[in-house]
Amino acid sequence: MATHAAPTHQPEVEPAAPDMVPDAVVVRFAGDSGDGMQLTGGQFTLSTALAGNDLATFPDFPAEIRAPQGTLFGVSAFQINFGSRQINTAGDAPDVLVAMNPAALKVNLPALKPGGLVIIDTGEFTRRNLDKAKYAANPLEDGSLAAFDVLAFDISAQTVEAVKPFGLGNKDALRCKNMWTLGLALWMFDRPREPLQEWLREKFRTKPDIAAANIAALDAGHAYGETAELSGPLRQLHLPPVPAEPGLYRTVTGAEAVSLGLVAGAQLAGLPMFFGGYPITPASAILHHLARLKEFGVTTFQAEDEIAAICAALGASYAGSLGVTSSSGPGIALKGEAMGLAIMTELPLVIVNSQRGGPSTGLPTKTEQSDLYQAVYGRNGDAAMPVIAARSPSDAFACAIEACRIAVEYMTPVMLLTDGYIANAAEPWRVPDPSAFTPFPARHLREKNGRDAQGAATLLPYQRDDKGARPWIKPGTPGLMHRIGGIEKHELTGNIDYSPANHQRMTDARKAKVDGVAVPDQEVCLGAAGGALAVVGWGSTYGPIHQAVRRSRAKGLDVSHIHVRHIWPLPANLGELLRGFDAVLVPEMNTGQFKTVLRDRYLVDAQSLTKTSGQPFQIAELEAAIAKFFDGIPGNEGGEVPPNPQQLPSFAQGHDDGTLKDAAAAQPGTPATQDRP
Amino acid sequence: MNAPARIETTLKDWETDQEVRWCPGCGDYAILKAVQRTLPQLGSDPANTVFISGIGCSSRFPYYIESYGFHTIHGRAPAVATGVKLANPDLDVWLITGDGDGLSIGGNHMLHVLRRNVNMQILLFNNEIYGLTKGQYSPTSREGTRSPSSPIGSVDHPANPCAFALGAGARFVARGFDVSRHLPDVLMAAHAHQGAAFVEIFQNCVVYNKDVFNDFAQPKGAEDRQLWLTDGEPMLFAGGTRGLALDTDTLSLRVVEVSGGDWQAAGVLVHIPRNRMLAHLLVEMPFGPFPMALGVIYDDPRPTFESAVVAERTKASEGKTADLARLLAKGQTWTVPGSAADPVGSSVAGQGGPDL
Ligand code: SF4
Repeated sequence: MATHAAPTHQPEVEPAAPDMVPDAVVVRFAGDSGDGMQLTGGQFTLSTALAGNDLATFPDFPAEIRAPQGTLFGVSAFQINFGSRQINTAGDAPDVLVAMNPAALKVNLPALKPGGLVIIDTGEFTRRNLDKAKYAANPLEDGSLAAFDVLAFDISAQTVEAVKPFGLGNKDALRCKNMWTLGLALWMFDRPREPLQEWLREKFRTKPDIAAANIAALDAGHAYGETAELSGPLRQLHLPPVPAEPGLYRTVTGAEAVSLGLVAGAQLAGLPMFFGGYPITPASAILHHLARLKEFGVTTFQAEDEIAAICAALGASYAGSLGVTSSSGPGIALKGEAMGLAIMTELPLVIVNSQRGGPSTGLPTKTEQSDLYQAVYGRNGDAAMPVIAARSPSDAFACAIEACRIAVEYMTPVMLLTDGYIANAAEPWRVPDPSAFTPFPARHLREKNGRDAQGAATLLPYQRDDKGARPWIKPGTPGLMHRIGGIEKHELTGNIDYSPANHQRMTDARKAKVDGVAVPDQEVCLGAAGGALAVVGWGSTYGPIHQAVRRSRAKGLDVSHIHVRHIWPLPANLGELLRGFDAVLVPEMNTGQFKTVLRDRYLVDAQSLTKTSGQPFQIAELEAAIAKFFDGIPGNEGGEVPPNPQQLPSFAQGHDDGTLKDAAAAQPGTPATQDRP
Repeated sequence: MNAPARIETTLKDWETDQEVRWCPGCGDYAILKAVQRTLPQLGSDPANTVFISGIGCSSRFPYYIESYGFHTIHGRAPAVATGVKLANPDLDVWLITGDGDGLSIGGNHMLHVLRRNVNMQILLFNNEIYGLTKGQYSPTSREGTRSPSSPIGSVDHPANPCAFALGAGARFVARGFDVSRHLPDVLMAAHAHQGAAFVEIFQNCVVYNKDVFNDFAQPKGAEDRQLWLTDGEPMLFAGGTRGLALDTDTLSLRVVEVSGGDWQAAGVLVHIPRNRMLAHLLVEMPFGPFPMALGVIYDDPRPTFESAVVAERTKASEGKTADLARLLAKGQTWTVPGSAADPVGSSVAGQGGPDL
């Protein structure tokens, strides 16, 4: 199997001449889990969006809520790539690294571009913290940062000084550090502070002192930038807004977009929505969003377990609502039997899977695309179900609507796949006009739909329409009493029927219905509809594939990007389209699942490019993989992309070698979680 | 929930065209008849009635009742029923389950449907055996039960369904048995209760656990072994010659002799269905030294889950309009000026993306 060496330095940004403004910048904020780095990143993202730059983000945090302070595995990071051109990924190596403690520096420094800027809070570089980060010598003093521009100063002290007038205790004062840092970042990229100040006032409405202290910290960080510029490596950079289609914009994460899409889908179907959920990372955010949208006819139900969540949603669908449930891989596994019941009783249901690294509990906060087999094949019996995959946070909106449409029009459960990356990442989103979507009003049967031998009206709960869908019959409708269930049923009456010919016909009918779901023809999103190489992706690999194909094409390579939304059934023209290429490369964050599906469906010799380190593909990795199809060396195509030290999640994070506990025990009376200098 | 209009029906109206497929002599037949007799008395509307079941012999029940019916999957009926009830609180939901379905594979859901107090009648057919899978011992089987999976006798301690229900927070707990003439009265009381009403029905599995309840259910000597509870009445049995009194030293019940009908002198307790402590004592009474407590053991309604959910939704929606366009544009937004001729975002359904 061919493998790819990790590219050391191949930025998404084309090298710019010195003193020229680059068209994109990658910034990574890294600190302790308790340092508020995700909040800082989120607010910086908002400010970036308001400045009109395109952007993509990558939040990365440990699975533990408050991992021991100062440790390598407690590091939380937030990366943002933004620019004055279209941005499709969270960026490869960062240009700027903000490291709030030694552990954050240790974990993230390998990612920083040579010559990149690292901003360091020296206030946290105590002996104790250096030990926890496993630094034998202080990196600020041993020359190990020589390859970078270093701006090291005591942010902690600066913050404490700035918030002094507000009389906060030392601990509370230090909590403003992230706002101080954000202020500095705002200065660096020439951003107004007003929206942040406004946000802080709103957030701490009931605690005006805290609001004022945070604003003072923000202002102080900003002011520091101006002073530091005169002497140090700091330069102010203004990235002009990206040319974008006219319209109203906001930022959206995948979890928000799914929630909004579900609400829109229920409205387009003219149905109240019932959402059954159970807390699980990274899917819970959808439950949280929907719980606040009750005025849209949304009922949210936090069930006792994953099984109850889907069963209650199915019960609601049976009673005439649009049932929706959501989870991540392990929870989806638990829901499997109920999906079979939804398939058997032919009731609409939307199941959202925000995939994470597996198997079992796996990597709860990291991303992977390894539930594709589970989505397409993972149920007992011949249990076909439509599957749709969103390619980006904003795309999840349209995909959720599409899932609702198919569920309602075809009386079937539908699986919507996103992943941890899409769920958490934010990007600008042109706010769509809901009236631009075609409604698909659901119809509940009102009267008997068949005739018996004597010509009298009779109810046939399983009589299919031209789409193969059975009628939706709400309990409470006079005269239409009937029984359904998970046992094989007669092809018209729905009464129990195990007879061989009937089971054959019902199996065929269920399969034909799903096979016949109307799916738009597959388009080529970049490049020609035939040629030397097609790079075929699905889900969140869209961004890096798109950029890699773009760059390869700029170098003159005959390569196209095809990104599949409808995983099951596949677009009718996909086989034909793929056969128009000499080679097909399928990059996936799994061991080759979609590749196998494509091979099975079309007998095409699709090559797999896999990455299962919990890290998304980098553009450079894909570019290198594409190049192998054109290097004249046969047999080196495809393979496995190794873990990448430049990327989030970083290497040292998440690993406990057992020495931490000993270190903590050696200092009796000092719990590891209370280590503030 | 609005009180629905009474509908005039007969027992026949509640029979389906499907042949009943339980073993001849199975207690399920008697329960089916009791339910079909009760529904007309309740004035129930078949169109508004839903029978929801899990898996097992008892769970075939919905196929034989001419109403709406949903035969779901093993153990999950309480969850499905909860969704049905939340989506349409006006439906009259009956949940049919068994000892394996409701207390083994579905024990968790049973716990939560009772705790949440979703308004429905829950009929747990307890035959102390797995019938449909051919006779393995169940979570209510008595210790030492010989079965294909416990050839020299089971060693598990059995669960006590009514004690489980009370522990889970049920506000209505009752007991009956398949062939009892009182069963319709118990079902009526369960239906009258607003909230989750738990009814354990001892049911004779004539094939795998024949007559296991005969010790108290057989007509001969029933008087001495059955204590039928009535609200406000003394807890007497054996033709009024014996009763239950409280032993205040051990805080437990004891059987006392009543002479000449003077139950007060004997210290016999009066049944108060709202008394939760008393309910606990009654369901924990070991059969043998004590009679089997039957009828409504506990009945103390409180607001239902679905009414709370509806109220919450109404409150949360107050003064808000369901304006989707406004919702989508919520938060901090910015405008890219231009002709604005095309109001649709760049991510509408389709495969291609904008390629600037
Ligand atoms: S196996 Fe037992 S419970 Fe099941 S139908 Fe036969 S007699 Fe009834």
